[in-house]
Amino acid sequence: MQVLKKYRDPELIKPMLNEISELSQKLDEELKLMEVCGTHTMAISKYGLRSLLPKNIKLLSGPGCPVCVTSQQEIDEMIALSKMPEVIVTTFGDMIKVPGSNSSLEKEKSRGADIRIVYSPLAAVEIAKENPEKIVVFLAVGFETTIPVIAAALEEAIEEGIDNFKLFVAHKLIPPALEALLNDNEVKIDGLICPGHVSIMIGSKAYEEVVNRYDLPAIVAGFEPLDILDGVKGALKQKVEAQVEVEDKVKAKVENRYGRVVKDEGNQIAQDLIRRLYQVVDTAWRGIGIIPNSGLELRDEYAEYEIRNVIDLDVGDSNEPQGCSCGEILKGIKLPYDCQLFGDVCNPQHPVGPCMVSSEGSCAAYYKYDRR
Amino acid sequence: MEEILLSHGSGGKLTQNLIDEIFIKELDNEILRSKNDAAILDLEGERLAFTTDSFVINPIFFPGGNIGELAVCGTVNDLATSGAIPKYLSLSLIIEEGLPITELKQVIKSVSETAKKAGVKIVTGDTKVVAKGEADKLYINTTGVGSLSTKLNISADRAKPGDMILVNGNLGEHGIAVLSERKGLEFETIVKSDTAPLSGLVSDILEVTDQVKVLRDPTRGGLATTLNEIAEASQVGIKLQEDKLPISETVEAASQMLGLDPLYLANEGKLIVIVPEEEVEDVLEAMQKSEYGVKSAIIGQVTADEPGRVVLENNFGASRVLDMLTGEMLPRIC
Amino acid sequence: MCLAVPAEVIAIDGKHAVVDLNGNRTEVGIKLVPDVEVGEYLLIHAGYAINKIDAQEAKERIVLLEEFYAGLEEIS
Repeated sequence: MQVLKKYRDPELIKPMLNEISELSQKLDEELKLMEVCGTHTMAISKYGLRSLLPKNIKLLSGPGCPVCVTSQQEIDEMIALSKMPEVIVTTFGDMIKVPGSNSSLEKEKSRGADIRIVYSPLAAVEIAKENPEKIVVFLAVGFETTIPVIAAALEEAIEEGIDNFKLFVAHKLIPPALEALLNDNEVKIDGLICPGHVSIMIGSKAYEEVVNRYDLPAIVAGFEPLDILDGVKGALKQKVEAQVEVEDKVKAKVENRYGRVVKDEGNQIAQDLIRRLYQVVDTAWRGIGIIPNSGLELRDEYAEYEIRNVIDLDVGDSNEPQGCSCGEILKGIKLPYDCQLFGDVCNPQHPVGPCMVSSEGSCAAYYKYDRR
Repeated sequence: MEEILLSHGSGGKLTQNLIDEIFIKELDNEILRSKNDAAILDLEGERLAFTTDSFVINPIFFPGGNIGELAVCGTVNDLATSGAIPKYLSLSLIIEEGLPITELKQVIKSVSETAKKAGVKIVTGDTKVVAKGEADKLYINTTGVGSLSTKLNISADRAKPGDMILVNGNLGEHGIAVLSERKGLEFETIVKSDTAPLSGLVSDILEVTDQVKVLRDPTRGGLATTLNEIAEASQVGIKLQEDKLPISETVEAASQMLGLDPLYLANEGKLIVIVPEEEVEDVLEAMQKSEYGVKSAIIGQVTADEPGRVVLENNFGASRVLDMLTGEMLPRIC
Repeated sequence: MCLAVPAEVIAIDGKHAVVDLNGNRTEVGIKLVPDVEVGEYLLIHAGYAINKIDAQEAKERIVLLEEFYAGLEEIS
């Protein structure tokens, strides 16, 4: 699709940067925007956008990296699972290097564990079909974008009668996490750049509640440089407008600037599928703690497809590594540079926390592209 | 207890650590320490380039080539990048029991054809067979020697601020071609491996200038990793122009799908050339006329700022650091 | 948090479709995006189509920006 190239066109990016720069001069105070999504963090770093924005606009990374928010307990359980001889663990490449309390999937693989990296959960279903004598577990991490994809693959496996295919469900939901973040007094955010691909599924309307309660702009944006800048511009514009009209103050609103794929209502089929298979539960986010109604578990009629209902994985209590600021970084309270471990102790070769492991983790993105 | 991980063999930082902390530490000598792709030997006035390489690629047949062609090109290219004319190769095979003889024949046929193209002779060899499961189909080691003119002084530590950087064509093609065949990822692609012997291209360059500073083939770890090695060895900065980098739309799209960066994907027929600024136009022209250099381009310049660092500048004025590859490249969805 | 790439539909077979990404072809699930037609563009995430790409909308946004910035240039 040729038109998509235009979203990287310097002839449009440069004037938009100028427009943002002019608008920013009208700001009374610094504008702190959180890009919730890790793929945004990655793109912002990759395109060097942070260095091009005016000094009074700050972009903070949010909790939108599924690997980064998976709890230490769950990581330890995944590692324990991989050591079982009857099990083949299948996973997105993202999880492979995440350090658990004592090991990682990468290390277990080097010791002989059968761990296979796949691009799609459909490939994991194929592996289950080819290995009927084994239990094939797919590590189901991810947010609303990935949840229905894995659910669809599970349904296909069930339809085909492949009953040795199981999930390790560690999914997380974005709107409850936003709610928890904005409720946290330490967190100071003036606006949200909302995750474009999560929004395809949940729809741009899903942010209305948060926006109304906390009165801050939320812009759904795509991932090309022009998309991201357009998102920043949208939030900036709302902020500037809210400043001037003191009498009849304009309320903040949700804006969908990724209309080529995101609709107000989202993807109904995906939403129905999630509701059919899953029920909402409280779940622990790494570094943040338990967030009410922010996780999923398979409904009773599908419970046999959750590996932890089949195999007992008692790993005891897990502790997060000392000195690691992943939690505060995920909440946008600290920048990666502010973590005492960043760089020397914690780097992509020897990651301490998952924010350094996942290539879209804030720490990895900062280390890779924005190192000082 | 630390153990060897696949990442130690990926050509990135962990590989460097092994080289520095185990190999050079134990085996140190002035030739090894220079860390070039080929060792330069002085034998009573005759200069020889000497190198070795092992090939363990899975699958052994991939779009655009096979392990035999690769085994010749890998060693020929390591010789050629020292400025040498490759002459003789050895060929050692470790074969897993059960390999179809027809496949072996096909591989050796490719070895023969590629050797002819590269102008080298296979003059000695060895064969070992191991039990099923103790190797993966076929491993090949080739060792090669080439003769080196005494006029030339080509080495990764010779880049100076102001020098220009060229590359001979599209990046990342070998990496994508091989990934497309990997289990769990399979996709069809029109991308073919760029596996090619570079001896002809190097001699075409050396015909127009003897002022070449650095020649390197960016194999594992890709362009980014090799340029980092050069920046480190020469203690210079390197600045690249993103829109000058030759990357095909197909490689770009496949990389996006798998969440990979084409600048870190392996190449097997690419050459990084660093020459003084005044030589660059002649060199570019010579490269573009050569069989494996039609799409050659000037991609950046050596700078004095930030020694050891490679920076990529995009066409709307931002820049980012291009680090070495850390660990294996894994497809990701996030 | 979620990489997704545009791809063109080449063929459809029940729950799956073959898509082309600038010369790369792969099979994707289309369970989440019904009524897919050959020639349409889909956004692909982890082997599944997650939505169609509205080409009209993609163009309109660009045209709007181009006209806006061209106007600004004239004024200045």
